[in-house]
Amino acid sequence: MGSAKEISLTLDGKAVKVPAGWTLLQALEHFEIKIPVICFHGATTPEGICRQCVVEVEGRRTLLPACVTLVGEDMVVHSASERVLRARRTILEMLHASSDLSQSPELQEQMATYNADPERFPQARRRSAEVLDDNPFYVRDYEKCILCWRCVQACGDDLQFTYALALGGRGHETHIATFFDAPLPETTCVFCGNCVAVCPTGALRSKTEFFLEQGMDYDQIRIEKRKSRRDRGQS
Amino acid sequence: MKASGDNPISYESFLQQIANRGRTMLLPALLEAQARYGHISPEVAGAIGAALCVPLADITGVIEFYGMLYDRPTAETIIRVCTSPTCSSQGAQTLLKELDQSLVVTPGHATPDGKHYLEKTECLGLCDQAPTALVDLAAVGRANSARILNPPGDFHTAIYADTPVITRRCGKVEPTSLANFLAHEGFAGFHNALKLGAEEICSRVKDSGLLGRGGAAFSTDIKWEGAASASGKPKYIVCNADESEPGTFKDRVLLENDPFAILEGMLIAGFAIGAEKGFIYIRGEYPRVQQIFQQVIDAAYENGYLGEDIQGAEFNFDVELRSGGGAYICGEETALFESIEGKRGYPRLKPPFPTTHGLYQKPTVINNVETFANVGVIMRIGVEAYRAYGSPGSSGPWLFCLSGDVENPGLYEITQPITLRELIYERGGGVRDNADLQAVLLGGAAGKFVSPANLDVRLTQEDTRAAGLGLGSGAVVVLSEHADLRQTFADLGHFFAHESCGKCYPCQLGSQRQSEILDRVANHEALPGDLERLQDVGWTMTDASLCGLGQTAASAVLSAIELWPDIFQGGAL
Repeated sequence: MGSAKEISLTLDGKAVKVPAGWTLLQALEHFEIKIPVICFHGATTPEGICRQCVVEVEGRRTLLPACVTLVGEDMVVHSASERVLRARRTILEMLHASSDLSQSPELQEQMATYNADPERFPQARRRSAEVLDDNPFYVRDYEKCILCWRCVQACGDDLQFTYALALGGRGHETHIATFFDAPLPETTCVFCGNCVAVCPTGALRSKTEFFLEQGMDYDQIRIEKRKSRRDRGQS
Repeated sequence: MKASGDNPISYESFLQQIANRGRTMLLPALLEAQARYGHISPEVAGAIGAALCVPLADITGVIEFYGMLYDRPTAETIIRVCTSPTCSSQGAQTLLKELDQSLVVTPGHATPDGKHYLEKTECLGLCDQAPTALVDLAAVGRANSARILNPPGDFHTAIYADTPVITRRCGKVEPTSLANFLAHEGFAGFHNALKLGAEEICSRVKDSGLLGRGGAAFSTDIKWEGAASASGKPKYIVCNADESEPGTFKDRVLLENDPFAILEGMLIAGFAIGAEKGFIYIRGEYPRVQQIFQQVIDAAYENGYLGEDIQGAEFNFDVELRSGGGAYICGEETALFESIEGKRGYPRLKPPFPTTHGLYQKPTVINNVETFANVGVIMRIGVEAYRAYGSPGSSGPWLFCLSGDVENPGLYEITQPITLRELIYERGGGVRDNADLQAVLLGGAAGKFVSPANLDVRLTQEDTRAAGLGLGSGAVVVLSEHADLRQTFADLGHFFAHESCGKCYPCQLGSQRQSEILDRVANHEALPGDLERLQDVGWTMTDASLCGLGQTAASAVLSAIELWPDIFQGGAL
């Protein structure tokens, strides 16, 4: 930890010292206390969106997101208090009621860890959308989108500076938008693939992967791709 | 929509004029296009993006965030009918049915002749005259289809005060007349402040005990001293006039009747912290207030109360008016900054706080309209006289917005603390038609329900807090025995689901789940376990949401569950 200023705090009853400037998430992980995250990704700016990494800090009115909260002198942190566990379980249950998490093994694992009931919220409004297949490189299946923001961040200031994607709508109707819903080839998209790389749920998938899942082999995929390019060229 | 003859310059020229300011002009550009064309087409959006250097996808994102912007054609006239708790309890649902019959129109659609577009909207801040509608720029109280088709322009909120302090000029002066204002001790507080100097102003604000009147009751002096001592430059003053809390209309009444007093408070704040620029962000649903305040700004420039070397002092200060676009979340201070910066109104992570990283990431003081009104009073009458009003923990006069099933709805200025019972029965004339009281919603949608057994709580911060309640924005919604509480709960659910920005999961998902369950409760279709679901959703929003909206989105519902658990039990009733 070098000669930098150190911060003393208590993590789940254990007194520790860590360098100033660390986040609670860094500190907790350093001492092998497992904290679940959903939106957090090393390549994109943490915005504290999913709140799945919340912890209880004594003296604070609300729970705090570990990913963006810096360690503070004499903080007393509880990483798995009753309030924390209720929030994590409920967030997962509410998310499962809205989005298709079938291709998110990490989220399925969290559901099991936090005793989240997949059927907790009956009659819930789900995100539903047609699979968008408008370019030769990847498909967008927004039923699986959990609005982690990573694709928009990767498309913008965090990686590619292309700004083809943005957040549209509001509240539960928030969605990933292009300019007036334009198909990707008509936007500034350069098909760099960064958004696909950071998507945690399979909402964005490379076309090859998508076809393989549909049971095609590579020959069939090649034919299919050639056909779709030809069709596009004619239209 | 404005007729084209109203526009002295073309939209293209307008864009050219604002282009050098960049993205901060995005919302003004979109609102101007909406006003001229009734919607924003891809061509216009593209021209805006080119002029202001904003990525095109972001423009769609901003259009879709703000409720008053449309990306497809609407109609000549937009009718917005308020369906928030007060208006809903006073006949808004009946009004919508009436419009369906008389105009053949349902919300989200235009009439067959294409002349009217109908929209359900959340609180319009006209609650004392419920049910209400906004017809283009005209506020319509006691709304019915005849009054909506021909807005009579008779909207007037009654003001009640035993000892008018904050409201003492209201109704007595011509609101936009600087001469009138000056003749009634206007700017006396500002002239005193210039003599006192910055440090002494801050110290007096501290001694006054002034608490913010926007709902959170945060100490004003902490904000001011924080921004005054912050190192960044330039510094900004922002007046939060995005009043949108259901049941709240005090800021509208102050701005309509005594707007110079708010400008005076902003000037004092600017002088105290060393700011040279102020913004007032007025919600889009208050077009009349915007017109009035722009006249006030113009008059202040003409008479040396804005601009350079104000009143001969070494003090330069500019004020710019910004309109909201129909988003409750923009009343959250950091979301408001984002909105002024031309972005979706997402609340920021805190820390850092606005005192050091506010508008454009610069030191900023942001206060509510009523708070600025109090600042002028403190500087004019002094700390001792000011503290003679209110209570030790809630100094000064306090404004309350009384609406719902009450004999005399209106704005009440209270200078000596009274109980909720006294406010409703002695000042407000009691429950309308002598009906029994069923409940009071205190503090707005983000507040709590009070049962008739708890009316003797004094309306101060310290007394309400001790009773597990809060004054919030000063909204007091009275619900008689005839009110359908289940419908009120569903209205609250719709409000938060509609107004959640969608940034953090607890609120984005929780406000939707809460609304779904409350709809079941309203339809007498609650499922076994719905009470526990509401509690888990409610506590998760309260504990884990990113900003104050989500943290209070379950407040009223959780208080209702404590008071009337049977209503929420699936299959029980």
